[in-house]
Amino acid sequence: MAQLTLDDLRRVLIACAGENDGVDLTGDILDVPFEELGYDSLALMESAAAIERESGIPLSDDAVTDADTPRALLELINGVAVA
Amino acid sequence: MTSSSTPRVVVTGIGVAAPNGLGREEYWKALLAGENGIAELTRFDASRYASKLAGQIQDFEAKDHLPSRLLPQTDVSTRYALAAADWALADAGLGPDSPLTDYDLGVATSTAQGGFDFTHREFHKLWSQGPEFVSVYESFAWFYAVNTGQISIRNGMRGPSAAIVTEQAGGLDAVGHARRTVRAGTRAVLTGGVDSALDPWGYASQLAGGLVSTATDPEAAYLPFDTRAGGHVPGEGGAILITEDADSARERGAAHVYGEITGYAATFDPAPGSGRPPGLRRAIELALDDARLAPDGIDVVFADGAGRPDADRAEAEALAAVFGERGVPVTVPKSLTGRLAAGGGAADLASALLALRDQVVPHTAHTTSVPEAYGLDLVVDRPREAALRSALVVARGRHGFNSAVVVTAPTTA
Repeated sequence: MAQLTLDDLRRVLIACAGENDGVDLTGDILDVPFEELGYDSLALMESAAAIERESGIPLSDDAVTDADTPRALLELINGVAVA
Repeated sequence: MTSSSTPRVVVTGIGVAAPNGLGREEYWKALLAGENGIAELTRFDASRYASKLAGQIQDFEAKDHLPSRLLPQTDVSTRYALAAADWALADAGLGPDSPLTDYDLGVATSTAQGGFDFTHREFHKLWSQGPEFVSVYESFAWFYAVNTGQISIRNGMRGPSAAIVTEQAGGLDAVGHARRTVRAGTRAVLTGGVDSALDPWGYASQLAGGLVSTATDPEAAYLPFDTRAGGHVPGEGGAILITEDADSARERGAAHVYGEITGYAATFDPAPGSGRPPGLRRAIELALDDARLAPDGIDVVFADGAGRPDADRAEAEALAAVFGERGVPVTVPKSLTGRLAAGGGAADLASALLALRDQVVPHTAHTTSVPEAYGLDLVVDRPREAALRSALVVARGRHGFNSAVVVTAPTTA
């Protein structure tokens, strides 16, 4: 699978955990903490499980919940720094 | 137990989600009009099941009532509970601008069935696709405490909270617990009960209990106290009530006081074969004592109405023992919704409060011939206008739960 983009992550988050009222996910959210985006650890685990199934990349729950921003999570998944 | 220092506990908000009406007034109008919420089960293909009817909530679009964040993590029963909680809180005027916040507000709800539909879907994924496909939200979406928890989180209600499971008696036991919590110092406690289990597995589980009618006519499948009674029809939904310290309600100028919870008691039946009598009569008598009312102080009884000859006879005997033959009007409006498990007692309590408000008893639709031996003044055919000051609501849960609540019209002081 190609590298996961912020758009991909956005799509997975919304599909797996919905969207919080009053939060705009369409902007530049790379460095906005998940907590501010309204996603808790369960929302991230649910989304990570979907990404694992699509990509085949194994992701540990601990590593996923330690990733506190979209940038950190994308780096974890892609294994490279996000520009 | 009542003393001058015991706070009086009143109901200041009502939210109902029932098969024949979404919202307090829609439900109440439907009861008085005899609108039947029982129909052929359409949520899945039940053609191979022994029973085919259910009281299903129609026209509930979850996304119209809940933020999308809650949709992936909630069973249908929790969605009804959250919506009914929103309606009850709005009715009570307990919103973000209310003087009551955080620890002033508790939650005590009941569900007898938990998240069957959600769990059925996740089990299906587990067996057909594998464990990695099971939603992480299954961890709590199935759980008996989930409605209390989700309502608490959504509305920032951080006071003493609880989940009560006593099968069909749960809606009343939750209210009893809420009253206790208010008396102990929490200003308002959201309470009541909601259930739903009409997915292929949940419905099968209800049928496995052996008490569900196999009749196919929606007008004749659930006939409480009728000579033709042959079981009940399972329904979904229930009611959420706001119980509040009467002084608190007055201080903040609550828009409604529907009535006071003046009596509550619960008993448990003795073991089968013990020779001792069932506990229903004692629950009723204890609730009357608690309300400091003699039997003639009760103006209407909302009965459990199991819809089986043995259970109906036992309830009729308990009522006749307390109130005398045909001593009080009795009704079972849930003949229009089916039995809602923990939601049933709570919905009946909502009906009783609205009956006190409008001075009219909703009738027991569909039941036409009550055995003379029951000695019941059952309200049938049409609603009955009456002077109503106090109502008794009775609920029984399978395997021995008996609960009774007395509600009294607000005093105009």
